[in-house]
Amino acid sequence: MIKTIKILGTGCAKCQSMTNVVKEVVLENNINANVEKVEDIMKIMEFNVMSTPALVIDNVVTIKGRIPSKEEVLTLLS
Amino acid sequence: MFDWVQNSADWFVYDVLNLDKGQHLAEALNFFIYDSIKILILLFVVIFFMGIVNSYFPIDKVKNYLSRNKLYGFEYLMASLFGVVTPFCSCSSVPLFIGFVRGGIPLGVTFAFLITSPLVNEVAIGLFIGLFGVKITAIYVISGVLLGTISGMILQKLKLEKHLTPWVKDILAKAQKEQDVFKTEKQPFLKRLPIIWDEVLRILKGIIPYVIVGIAIGGLMHGYIPEGFFEKYMDKDNLFAVPIATILAVPMYSNASGILPVVQVLVSKGIPLGTAIAFMMGVVGLSLPEAMLLKKVMTLKLIGVFFGVVTLCIIISGYLFNIIL
Repeated sequence: MIKTIKILGTGCAKCQSMTNVVKEVVLENNINANVEKVEDIMKIMEFNVMSTPALVIDNVVTIKGRIPSKEEVLTLLS
Repeated sequence: MFDWVQNSADWFVYDVLNLDKGQHLAEALNFFIYDSIKILILLFVVIFFMGIVNSYFPIDKVKNYLSRNKLYGFEYLMASLFGVVTPFCSCSSVPLFIGFVRGGIPLGVTFAFLITSPLVNEVAIGLFIGLFGVKITAIYVISGVLLGTISGMILQKLKLEKHLTPWVKDILAKAQKEQDVFKTEKQPFLKRLPIIWDEVLRILKGIIPYVIVGIAIGGLMHGYIPEGFFEKYMDKDNLFAVPIATILAVPMYSNASGILPVVQVLVSKGIPLGTAIAFMMGVVGLSLPEAMLLKKVMTLKLIGVFFGVVTLCIIISGYLFNIIL
């Protein structure tokens, strides 16, 4: 099943780092997933997060306001 | 507490490099080494401590608390205090603002939080202790909290809801005090530690270059500008000094944390402390990039009123400090 991964962030440096970490994990582990970066604030607010960047996997907010480690992302994805 | 740092700096400059005491270069270098090491240690300690506090009081908890409890006028002070322990990232200010509005928290209370959060942050506190000592730091923190509280109350009185952008007004109309289901993470401390640790390193990495450059410039000025140099231009009786310093400072970005070491040297060379604190509050508390981000949720007029009120409060506290200190 293809996972839908969304990274919510208005485009700051932290959000970029989170995107990179997630993309690397997906590539390195051949995970079948769609990675999408959501920068529109109205769409971000639909997820009810108050600190960015936030990681959303299959429409569930898993991490908010910090940059996760690769291991953490891998655990969340598997 | 930092004698050993001073001793190491002395040893390195006078013994290893064999420079003469009293020489400009030697004094500047000594100052640079001592200040850098001391400030980096303090920054590390303060950021780490704030990281622990924040791990137990994440922003969602703060919002729920402010949204749920009737605080009889103390909500401004509470919001301002929460602003101290919450690390501020200007890119989070918009989601945070919306989250507060959606939780039915009054606009003035939200502003109190938005003002104090960047103004009294972990980096500023660490730098302040290192540069000015504990007493001045306490004065800065307390006045920062009061400034957020009072500005928030004033902004609430001005009834600014009509100046929000239309989509935020929609959210405001649908605001509810109902709690979001907030799953409390019952993680043991040892599990939180690596996350806090990573965050500490990330913040330090981001600011170290600015701080080091700031201390280096400060060190050069320290060695080369004579004592009391500025007194004749900017003494306490000069009524324009505080407003000019504040207005110059507002457009600067808070990442100019490197500017604090320079200001410390200016103070030691005769600029009044109140004027300097007003300048630093302007640098740390308000910035143009933040104003640009807020355009998504506020009309320009509202941003103008917000910045205007805070700037005015900073100027007033600058005058007060010049009188008291």
